[in-house]
Amino acid sequence: MRKIITTSIKDEDIRDLKIGDIIYLNGIAGTARDDGHRRVVEENRLPDFDLNGAAVMHVGPIVKGNKENGYEIVAAGPTTSRRMEMYEREFIEKTGVKMIIGKGGMGKKTTDACKEFGVVHCVFPGGCAVTAAAAVEKVLGVEWEDLGMPEAFWILKLKEFGPLVVSIDTNGNNLFDINGKIFKRKKDMVVDEICKHVHYSHG
Amino acid sequence: MINEKLTEIIVDLIHDTAVNLPADVLDGLEGMARREAMPLGREMYSCIFDNLKRAKELNCPICQDTGVLQFFLKAGTRFPYLDDVEDSIKQAARISTKKIPLRPNAVESFDERNTGDNVGSRSPWIEWEMIPGSEDLNIGFYMAGGGCALTGRAKVLMPLEGYEGAVKFVFDAITEWGVNACPPLIVGVGIGACAPSAAALSKKAMLRPIGSHNPNPKARDMEERMKKGLNDIGIGALGMSGTESVQCVNIEYAAHHPATLAVGLSVSCWATRRKSITIKGSGL
Repeated sequence: MRKIITTSIKDEDIRDLKIGDIIYLNGIAGTARDDGHRRVVEENRLPDFDLNGAAVMHVGPIVKGNKENGYEIVAAGPTTSRRMEMYEREFIEKTGVKMIIGKGGMGKKTTDACKEFGVVHCVFPGGCAVTAAAAVEKVLGVEWEDLGMPEAFWILKLKEFGPLVVSIDTNGNNLFDINGKIFKRKKDMVVDEICKHVHYSHG
Repeated sequence: MINEKLTEIIVDLIHDTAVNLPADVLDGLEGMARREAMPLGREMYSCIFDNLKRAKELNCPICQDTGVLQFFLKAGTRFPYLDDVEDSIKQAARISTKKIPLRPNAVESFDERNTGDNVGSRSPWIEWEMIPGSEDLNIGFYMAGGGCALTGRAKVLMPLEGYEGAVKFVFDAITEWGVNACPPLIVGVGIGACAPSAAALSKKAMLRPIGSHNPNPKARDMEERMKKGLNDIGIGALGMSGTESVQCVNIEYAAHHPATLAVGLSVSCWATRRKSITIKGSGL
């Protein structure tokens, strides 16, 4: 049975989610990447569309169509969430989003914000853009088109969007932080071993 | 001047590259999926293959990040349409952006505006290699996504830091940034005299087929040790931790200066989109 979360997301909907859980999302999400975060945080502007209780997606989609005849999402996989680390806390505070969707992990500042504001960060499998697009039911609108297609604020209606792997939960656990520490420890051992064999010198 | 026939061939090359993975990349992924032992990793591979199937059925790009368009040309000095090549590539980028479609990914530097058609200053990126006496044009094409490029770097080591320093440099970068580059990764390492040559060689290495080896036994040994080492770290598909991390590590090198040992790193994602085509000068 798929675990489905539906917007508008309430604290109790995501309180029990744990890192590593797989969920799917029904409802509303807005896309924002580097320039969108800059606009909200640096320029103190909010999109007209209210994101309170919705999801923000670190996604720069490929979109067909136009304002008159409507838009269609061709491909919509996630981008590197870590690029937004600097601004995510303030973005959460200003918009009231309850879920962040991206790829790869995020840092301590976002993790703390997830705990404080009751937000989860979820990872959609990177590169799986057509699978993602198939779960976009409708493009509800677009703002900030002056930023260009990838950076514009696309408002999407999603149907069972996933798989989403919970990577930061509302208790402040961080899957990629835990994995990263394990990778680093293994790396030091592996590098020591390789270095015994690559001491190439004259003679 | 724009050559319409040449433009059409390049548009087809871009389209095929965006939609269908090269055979070696696909074969490699299938093997890794079979060997994956972790449930979360298996879920990632299942999504990857679902996505590939859907992309093929709809004839649309595998990934929304269709990258910066990069061309690596091996041009015969007797290829009759040399003067048309650059203009035709730019035209093909404009047409492909609308037709396939591609995501517009050329942000004009300093203006910081997306040009909307994947054409900008030195974009598409074109590298030329001239082949004396040949009448043919070989076009190598790669879609350079942002997540992969973020992991790329180069550094000039002091020779006493040795190849040990180069190994450490690569492993530090991949452990720190590799999860964002959509693993399993294809890793290219360049060794040379200065940062730009090592970086260029790392790209050349990254574009080499999976399963190819450097002919120098020492370089080949280092390729194999680095591949095993990265896999032992167990980064897993999409960084979820798992059985393996990389498809391959390829090394290319140039002789270096007595006072420098430069190392470059280029990585590419599970959805490595690279293809090439040879056009006969007589057949166009």
